[in-house]
Amino acid sequence: MFDTNELVLNMGPQHPSTHGVLRVVLRLDGETVVDADVVIGYLHRGIEKLSENRNWTQIILLTDRMDYVAAATSNVGYCETVEKLLSVEVPRRARYVRTILCELQRIASHCLWVGTHAMDIGAMTVFLYAFRERELILDLFEEFCGARLTYNSMRIGGLPLDIPPGWDKKVLEFCAIMDSKIDEYETLLTHNRIWLERTRGIGVISGPEAVALGMCGPALRGSGVPRDVRKDEPYAAYDEMDFEVPIGTTGDTYDRYLVRMEEFRQSIRIVRQATEGIPEGPIVGKVPRLIKPAAGETYHAIESPKGELGYFIVSDGKSTNPYRFRVRPPSFCNLQALPRLVRGHLVADVVALIGSIDIVLGEVDR
Amino acid sequence: MIDQVVIPLLKIVIVLNATLVGVTYMVLLERKVIAWAQSRLGPMRVGPYGILQPVADAVKLMIKEDITPVRADKWVFTVAPIISMVPALIVYAVIPFGPVVRMFGRDVSLYITDVNVGLLYIVSVASIGVYGLILAGYASNSKYPLLASLRASAQLISYEVAVTLTLVSVILVAGSLSMVSIVNAQYNSGWWFAFVQPLAFVIFFIGGLAETNRAPFDLPEAEQELTGGFHTEYSGMRFALFFLAEYANMIVVSSVATTLFFGGWLPPFPNTAAFHFLYYIPAWAWFLTKSFVFLYIFIWVRATLPRYRYDQLMRLGWKVLIPLAIANLIVTGIVKVVLM
Repeated sequence: MFDTNELVLNMGPQHPSTHGVLRVVLRLDGETVVDADVVIGYLHRGIEKLSENRNWTQIILLTDRMDYVAAATSNVGYCETVEKLLSVEVPRRARYVRTILCELQRIASHCLWVGTHAMDIGAMTVFLYAFRERELILDLFEEFCGARLTYNSMRIGGLPLDIPPGWDKKVLEFCAIMDSKIDEYETLLTHNRIWLERTRGIGVISGPEAVALGMCGPALRGSGVPRDVRKDEPYAAYDEMDFEVPIGTTGDTYDRYLVRMEEFRQSIRIVRQATEGIPEGPIVGKVPRLIKPAAGETYHAIESPKGELGYFIVSDGKSTNPYRFRVRPPSFCNLQALPRLVRGHLVADVVALIGSIDIVLGEVDR
Repeated sequence: MIDQVVIPLLKIVIVLNATLVGVTYMVLLERKVIAWAQSRLGPMRVGPYGILQPVADAVKLMIKEDITPVRADKWVFTVAPIISMVPALIVYAVIPFGPVVRMFGRDVSLYITDVNVGLLYIVSVASIGVYGLILAGYASNSKYPLLASLRASAQLISYEVAVTLTLVSVILVAGSLSMVSIVNAQYNSGWWFAFVQPLAFVIFFIGGLAETNRAPFDLPEAEQELTGGFHTEYSGMRFALFFLAEYANMIVVSSVATTLFFGGWLPPFPNTAAFHFLYYIPAWAWFLTKSFVFLYIFIWVRATLPRYRYDQLMRLGWKVLIPLAIANLIVTGIVKVVLM
């Protein structure tokens, strides 16, 4: 007599907690999610195709627009891929500065993540605290390259400019501030009963399953897989840095949270080491005036704040633009796991899980 | 004539207006306090330090377009905010802001009326408010408000059980349902009931947070999940009514907590001769100060805590608070009988 229907709930693309223009079509039984369908593409700008019609230097600024909360990392990844294609040696000083920028960027991106993730779960104060510190990093970036969001902060073969005088001191000052601020976030969240209840046991995924779904970055390490490109295939100056890769045990939202909180600390550690050990020397390697790599293809990955960010570039050796330009965006791969993660959980957990895998739609859609 | 009609009418007008002004400034206070907690300034533009912000908000909400969705149930959609607002206001009829005082040569009581079932009146009237939320969610004919209103009704009903049980234990101690008698009972016993019934107070306060849909129990209006909750489809003054009702309810819960557990208008240690100098501070000032402290805690909690999930909230209500409230009631009853 009574018919129980599943309720189809369309979450997004305009929704306060989908971190941009993600659309999730949820099939609900009461408030329990039976299935979720992720619809993407609302922010597609055709960056990959666009890149095939730009010369190699112009592409750097397109990479800014992918993961716009971690633009410097995208820059570094792209430049290193082209350097690999050109077999250009990057000076040690440039590699150190790249490491500092990447790690500052990771802290900034994680600040944004911890803020929005906590906000999704209802703790709104952390959001403003985290943005307060992110602001300091943006100031540092502004001093380095003049921009605060889309930096265009790299050049093929090195850096566009040397670091401004006194910049390294400011970075170290920032590290000292950030140390205490992380404790502040943790006071508000880590042992908070409500936070624990909201994140423990939510979206549990085992290591092998996470690997099978192609997850990467902190979301994968939360499941206990110690995969970190910085350690496994060091780039920039990571081979000279001393740091640890935190991993989780159960692979739930809380573990992914803890992993990222520890990454804050490790990033500060790396920034400190790199800033204190910046060598003197040139900032750009020997790059030809006209960048025109020989025919061939290459893949190079770096560890962006969201995970393994890879570039696959094919050069035909004839033109001054890539023949094929392909990005392996970490957010996109992590987003694949979302339907698997949310199944069986409640609507409130969906937003917690979207926050937990830390996606940026600019990177998912490109 | 004056005693029967003019003074009560005057009191009603004063209390209603004071409440509405208080509610709008409560919104400002909340924004300010949360801003300070988050190292921001809060509203600063309208008037010095933003003190005229509520006026600007009110004007904005009144001149905003009033939208009724095409597929909404028009009547219910219109009635729902009113059902939500009215109970929140008429509860103030029995809240005692102070004792009987002499003013302009007359004895004036600082409460509109003292019903001998005052507490029962508050509980029953306040629970009508939930219909406003249910109807709003139903009438909007939209999925998010529907989910939110289901949550709201489940939440309010389950927490009301716990809250009412704690009230019963207070009634047992005080021996009366009248709000004024409960305050007087605290005077006679020499202790605020918060010290006599600490567990009841804690349960009442948690339940009060849940009943007023405040953080960490603000699920029905969980902005991040349900895009605003049951009032998603409302705009303009109708939305404002829901908003004001929430804040009015907060003031009600604070006032009731003050009256039942913190001696209402009485100073600390009301019946101890050594502390009688505290009576130089007027009774209403004590009452307002204590209520303000509660309101401040409401805001403080919101700035600090994440939100519970729906099922966790129900579990907390039914498996923790209600058993505790029942145990508290039984113990109170036994102690009362033994002492008699």
